Amino acid sequence: MSPQPLLQVRDITRFYGTRIGCRDVSFDLYPGEVMGIVGESGSGKSTLLGCLAGQLAPDAGEVLFDTRTDGPRDTLKMSEPERRMLSRTDWAFVHQHARDGLRMGVSAGGNVGERLMAVGARHYGDIRDQAVDWLGRVEIPADRVDDRPTAFSGGMQQRLQIARNLVTGPRLVFMDEPTGGLDVSVQARLLDLLRGLVREMGLSAIIVTHDLAVVRLLADRLMVMKDGHVVETGLTDQVLDDPQHGYTQLLVSSVLQV
Amino acid sequence: MTEYNFAYLDEQTKRMIRRAILKGLAVPGYQVPFASREMPMPYGWGTGGVQVSAATLVPEDRFKVIDQGADDTTNAVSIRKFFERTAGVETTEHTAEASVIQTRHRIPETPLSEDQILVYQVPIPEPLRFLEPRETETRKMHSLEEYGLMHVKLYEDISQHGAIATSYAYPVKVEGRYVMDPSPIPKFDNPKLSDCPAIQLFGAGREQRIYALPPYTRVVSLDFEDYPFEASKADHACDLCGAGDSYLDEVITDDQGGRIFVCSDTDYCRGRREAGHVGTQAQDAPMMTEARA
Amino acid sequence: MIEIETVSKQFTLHNQGGAVIPVMEGASLSVAPGECVALTGSSGAGKSTLMRMIYGNYLAASGRIMVGGVDVARAEPREILALRRETLGYVSQFLRVVPRVPTIDVVAEPLLALGRPREEAMDRARDLLARLNIPERLWSLSPTTFSGGEQQRVNIARGFAHAYPALLLDEPTASLDAANRETVLCLIEEAKARGAAIVGIFHDVEARARVCDREIDVSVFTPKAA
Repeated sequence: MSPQPLLQVRDITRFYGTRIGCRDVSFDLYPGEVMGIVGESGSGKSTLLGCLAGQLAPDAGEVLFDTRTDGPRDTLKMSEPERRMLSRTDWAFVHQHARDGLRMGVSAGGNVGERLMAVGARHYGDIRDQAVDWLGRVEIPADRVDDRPTAFSGGMQQRLQIARNLVTGPRLVFMDEPTGGLDVSVQARLLDLLRGLVREMGLSAIIVTHDLAVVRLLADRLMVMKDGHVVETGLTDQVLDDPQHGYTQLLVSSVLQV
Repeated sequence: MTEYNFAYLDEQTKRMIRRAILKGLAVPGYQVPFASREMPMPYGWGTGGVQVSAATLVPEDRFKVIDQGADDTTNAVSIRKFFERTAGVETTEHTAEASVIQTRHRIPETPLSEDQILVYQVPIPEPLRFLEPRETETRKMHSLEEYGLMHVKLYEDISQHGAIATSYAYPVKVEGRYVMDPSPIPKFDNPKLSDCPAIQLFGAGREQRIYALPPYTRVVSLDFEDYPFEASKADHACDLCGAGDSYLDEVITDDQGGRIFVCSDTDYCRGRREAGHVGTQAQDAPMMTEARA
Repeated sequence: MIEIETVSKQFTLHNQGGAVIPVMEGASLSVAPGECVALTGSSGAGKSTLMRMIYGNYLAASGRIMVGGVDVARAEPREILALRRETLGYVSQFLRVVPRVPTIDVVAEPLLALGRPREEAMDRARDLLARLNIPERLWSLSPTTFSGGEQQRVNIARGFAHAYPALLLDEPTASLDAANRETVLCLIEEAKARGAAIVGIFHDVEARARVCDREIDVSVFTPKAA
């Protein structure tokens, strides 16, 4: 068991005017851990994710990331170049809508290769080989490497987005509703793929979703948010099977049984 | 009002533009915003270049204008006449005699010297534009040197065409720092950008940007290790002057698909012919340059 | 191996007027390596609840639940996950899997999660599936479409893939035919022989008599109705 958390979040608070986005959120994430954040729309889970991933500036708090070179550092106090470098290398962000995370006018190979080129890869053949390899890992046929994402199905676009994000071997992946908007059958395949990648690469991940089935399959632990506050945390199956907070009980009991 | 202010623009405007030029020279390859003025010609006809020329010209200058290498196109003639009228400077068609050369989409074949200034007309100054449409984002990418995207464009070229198919406006890196659009010059001209003794100024009127290369700036064309940059031209010699080292235009001569290749740089071609060089077609069509569209 | 001391449990139903339902009080038991203990008591007495608390699936209100040196009642999620990965196996009554994952991978997963070589994990999975009479043509299919008995056997195969030092078995022989029941009982005996501490719920009286060393009636832990 790794002694050092990969991410230490301390009292993250973000207001929108006088409204609370999220308030006093703290947790540790260890290497290889997958944490789910659930809650209904407006519960603050996406705000929190934005604050953690450096896309939103919180009003208070710390996000300590265990950097490869200098150990834990507050990413909120990093200079923008450092933070952007981090988000190109050690971090990845999988958006709900693939078109937010892909360059729709660039081929699949170019999409996957971009992060490699961004960190200095300058050998076309190598870049292409890696792109094809990654397309294979996310089950996209190699002969689609030169097609644009606009020619892909929703599930393929989402898998391409994942390949594009993971090609540089990040250590922490932020996912915002990664299976939202996909057909159930496509979701299942994507979840299985994500599980495999998380295990193979030893990724840590933070997954925001309102789909409890998704977190049950993907997340080791769960954080339940309501009105910007964390109301319950714990082992995923424990929170879902023996919810302690009234809101979590409501959430769990509201899931339609198939 | 009987007379224009020297070189059309008022002195305050010229000072503003000169400050932008100096800043551009101080930070080679960096796009300096400037308050582009309305000029008595439409955007796309060189309003940026004209403003830079106006701010650069002094009464002693000798001015030359080329449009895709030629001194005799409408655009070139109009701008030349414009400054003859508004600045009263002498003009010339000879590259070597000019002190300021305004150009659209070419660098003259005749090597430039330290006492010359080359002014480029630039339609789109932002090399990252077509990949990242947000100006806020491209500025950030420049300031943080995040240029991976530029290579994505070249990657796309190779994956689609088997080679880097970008043949003009080929992106370059200036002094190892800023990625710059050299304006739509053919990539054949790219090597001439680097280590050039003349000052090179770039003006984009509609986009309100000026950038510059001071003399002897190192300018490198972007490429991949396994797909290195190549300056290319039609594999032919000029049919008029026989030059094998100049950039060529292909000219269709009849309805049967007949064609000849001629120097794009008309001054260079004429100079060679006057010096007695002869191409394959020279006897039949001595005045071919005048016949071009 | 498994030490439970004065564990209590109650459910608070916030959405039903905050009703508090105490279900267990003062539960204590201890299971040594190589020992199999059966939980008995009538339906609703709290057998499954206790078992789920040992697994960390239900949160104990008080007391200590020590498994392999970890107090499940108080441990961090990652500690419980590590415990489940390495030490504590659980064969539940229901198979819960990612849809579309082949049966063979479902069974091999506990070993893969431990970082064992893929070939070794697959060999072990094939061996178990064969012993439990799952036809080989089904191995590459997802178990979600299998019959109840087949799913249960896949679940058992998965639970026995790794040689856990501690095992929780919830009705492992239910809905099995005689031959498969025999195989499962053999698996349990083998696990005991290698020193696994086992807590089980067996409605199958004969099976219980054959593999269990002791019985604990959980009704004694049921809080007296106030």
